[in-house]
Amino acid sequence: MEKRVTFSRWTIGILFAVPQLFLIFTFFYWPAGQAVYWSLTLQQPWGGGNIWVGLDNFRSILSNADYWNSITASLIFAAISTGLAMFIALVLAALTDRQLAGSWLYRVVLIWPYGIAAPALALAFRFILAPEAGFMAVVNQVWPGFWDPGLDGTDAMASIIVAFSWKYVGYNFIFFLAAFQAIPRSLIEAAAMDGSGVLRRFWDIQFPLITPTIFFLLVINITESFQDSFGIVDIMTSGGPANATNLMVYKIYSDGFKGLDYSGAAAQSIILMVLIVALTIVQFRFIERRVHYR
Amino acid sequence: MASIAIRGVKKNYAKTQVVHGVDLDFASGEFVVILGPSGCGKSTLLRMIAGLEEISDGTIAIDGTVVNKLEPRERGCAMVFQNYALYPHMSVAQNIGYSLKVSGVPSVERNQRIQAVARTLELEQLLDRKPMALSGGQRQRVAMGRAMIREPKVFLFDEPLSNLDAKLRVQMRSEIRKLHRRLNATSVFVTHDQVEAMTLADRLVVMNGGRVEQVGTPGEIYTRPASRFVATFVGAPAMNILEGTVELDGLWLLGGSRRLGMARAGLPVGTKVAMGIRPEAVRLVAPGTPSALDATVDLVEELGAGRVIYVDLDGAPFSVMTSEAVHPEPGSTVGLKISPDDMHFFSSETGTRLDVFKASVPEPAL
Repeated sequence: MEKRVTFSRWTIGILFAVPQLFLIFTFFYWPAGQAVYWSLTLQQPWGGGNIWVGLDNFRSILSNADYWNSITASLIFAAISTGLAMFIALVLAALTDRQLAGSWLYRVVLIWPYGIAAPALALAFRFILAPEAGFMAVVNQVWPGFWDPGLDGTDAMASIIVAFSWKYVGYNFIFFLAAFQAIPRSLIEAAAMDGSGVLRRFWDIQFPLITPTIFFLLVINITESFQDSFGIVDIMTSGGPANATNLMVYKIYSDGFKGLDYSGAAAQSIILMVLIVALTIVQFRFIERRVHYR
Repeated sequence: MASIAIRGVKKNYAKTQVVHGVDLDFASGEFVVILGPSGCGKSTLLRMIAGLEEISDGTIAIDGTVVNKLEPRERGCAMVFQNYALYPHMSVAQNIGYSLKVSGVPSVERNQRIQAVARTLELEQLLDRKPMALSGGQRQRVAMGRAMIREPKVFLFDEPLSNLDAKLRVQMRSEIRKLHRRLNATSVFVTHDQVEAMTLADRLVVMNGGRVEQVGTPGEIYTRPASRFVATFVGAPAMNILEGTVELDGLWLLGGSRRLGMARAGLPVGTKVAMGIRPEAVRLVAPGTPSALDATVDLVEELGAGRVIYVDLDGAPFSVMTSEAVHPEPGSTVGLKISPDDMHFFSSETGTRLDVFKASVPEPAL
């Protein structure tokens, strides 16, 4: 039986596809195309047209130390927050998988952080991590001056990493738990019969079998850490202190809308896009080889 | 080789009890088959021996050591699972050798032992393949190899043949039997297939509803079933059961419509019994033969070597298996001759066997 839908005239098929194509074009290709165009021109801050400048915007950005600092900060943020969010979620999911009773509760509760808008959770963490009043104030009481994200760039970076990881732990947990539960129980039991202890079973059996999920989450987490970090940075640190947390996505916003350098911001967007695409390609090229698809 | 002693073992899941106190002894080197319908607790019992399920009450001892609190790996058992449970990301060789790798056997010795097992099971050509690339029968053999390589004291089989097609199942059955004869390790095999059970077992344990119904050799179970359940569960087609009442002049069957002349042998008049007769023990005779029961033919099933004739005995279904070249037409009447020696009697209330009737009394003239 032919399961595919077939149309007698190809025009009908095209008509069905048009609304979707229209949406994709309007919201993805058109803005992306515009950004490419703007990045090659110089936009007047108060209107009045733009002048074609070729690659001048890129040259000026890439010769700016502030921008390289922003790239470094973004990469550090991406690496640590992805690692943290994935590791914590993996451990939680592995523990939950072993003790199935009540796991539905964890599943419901742990997805909530992902449902919270980034600025809202950033505000919460701003209070929690405030040096003078929050949880960290207790630590400061014991070691005065130990923690102050308003002055210390490392502390500020740690704050946004904690906030971002907290959000993505829940997201990753759901996927990890589903992956663990998709492993047939009898495989674990067979390994137990073969003399393998809990940790050994995890490394020899469960871990290799969830590599597709790990890979998927790695791609998603890294991509999101470049993009979804905006709200957190904006509320918690505004890129400071001294540009320590001025991540690429935040710098685009502050240069473009606060500094009114539209063309420079457009060029930065293009660089960010290229960087994410390149990272994703690298992951597919080099990490996916180690994935066992069942 | 090891003996297994099971004492008063129970299993509860939350509020439901699935195994209600089982006492069994398996001798060293014995091949025991646990047979029962699904949900009778046979797999649960096996998994408690393996250490995959906690024992709620009672003790299980392997070679005299109580293993209740021991981890699976400390019990010296190997298990073959129903769905084989091969590690999908490992090659056949890695699957077979995994237990040796875990216990730290050096790779040279490990490879030798993998080769030896592979030779026994004719898997040498497949050692580099992944389980995905194997047929059902090959996967089954890899699962066997994985259990064999550890040279365990006890082999546990959890319905290992039920995923195979009929022909392969018969072949693997005899291979398992041969393997047992060679390795001579105590084996416990769980199945719901009575042919598998009869052919494999040194001793058969029939379970129902979380209880052991009967333990015995396949022959004993077939010829002297201890309960109505065992009688109808073992044997194909199933044993015919006719309800009846003990009266002064014999046994009245089917609400008093048919009478068999029997000695009462001590049972009080009015006792309700279930009379069982195996289809293969019934002889077909001409209708109207004295002391035979007349019945109407419903359906004839041709088996090649014989025939199963389904008849209607005053509304009660009844089957006869015969190897004689008789082909009664559906709707015709046949006579059924039943020898008292072939009859089994079970209490109508409890279903337990009653060994009371044996001699026939002369048929009184009606």
